Amino acid sequence: MTTETPLARVRGLGSAREGAHHWWIERLTSVSTLLLFIWLLVSLLRLPGLDYRAIVEWLQSPLAAVPMMLLIVSTFWHLKLGMQVVIEDYVHEDGWKYLSILVLNFLTVGAGAFALFAVLRIALGGAARG
Amino acid sequence: MATNPTRPLSPHLSIWRWGPNMLVSILHRVTGSGLATIGMIVLVWWLAAAAAGPEAYASFTGWATSWYGIVVGVGLSWAFFQHMLSGLRHFVMDIGAGYELERNKFWANMTLVGALLLTIALWAWIWWRAHG
Repeated sequence: MTTETPLARVRGLGSAREGAHHWWIERLTSVSTLLLFIWLLVSLLRLPGLDYRAIVEWLQSPLAAVPMMLLIVSTFWHLKLGMQVVIEDYVHEDGWKYLSILVLNFLTVGAGAFALFAVLRIALGGAARG
Repeated sequence: MATNPTRPLSPHLSIWRWGPNMLVSILHRVTGSGLATIGMIVLVWWLAAAAAGPEAYASFTGWATSWYGIVVGVGLSWAFFQHMLSGLRHFVMDIGAGYELERNKFWANMTLVGALLLTIALWAWIWWRAHG
């Protein structure tokens, strides 16, 4: 008979079959980020120009706006996972480590949401016309 | 941390020399961190400027076509190609291939050469489109 809780017995023993999750999502998002960046590079190089009108008209097409939004989600997810590993490897003090990871999560979600909003604003016609 | 004093330790931990595999490994982190910070800011700025209107976009392109903007652009494109190629190398190593000493060294060097060539090709194309 023990008064130990189930949580106390498993704590510190490592992951419960989720250990490779971070690693796997990092690989998945690296493939999607690569494909989407090849799309972005080829699209930009094929545009007649990179001036305001050309970019806005291009991003108003669903076939540009949707991949651009996928690119933002994929890239920000991938960079969040990657930077988390860098923080975990180099920030050794627990307090600073968790604070850094907290800030990283807030920054990536915030900046990603801002970028998505910018694309939506252009695509749905809210942006000023030049 | 508890250490077992009877465990054998290498007496020559500080004696090693740089190899291409070590360089590519740390470059993967350096370029990834650079893209995640500076690259992210440029991407968000570009999209936000396009959404904000012609004046905001003009101030972005004014910066991007200045000499320091081009330096940042060349740096980011090199970082992208280096991270892309060393990332592809990681995929091969993830399936357990390419660990033989010579082959490992060869492909580590190839990511460095490839990233330089792709960066030069991209900016030659941009130069040709702008001035050709």
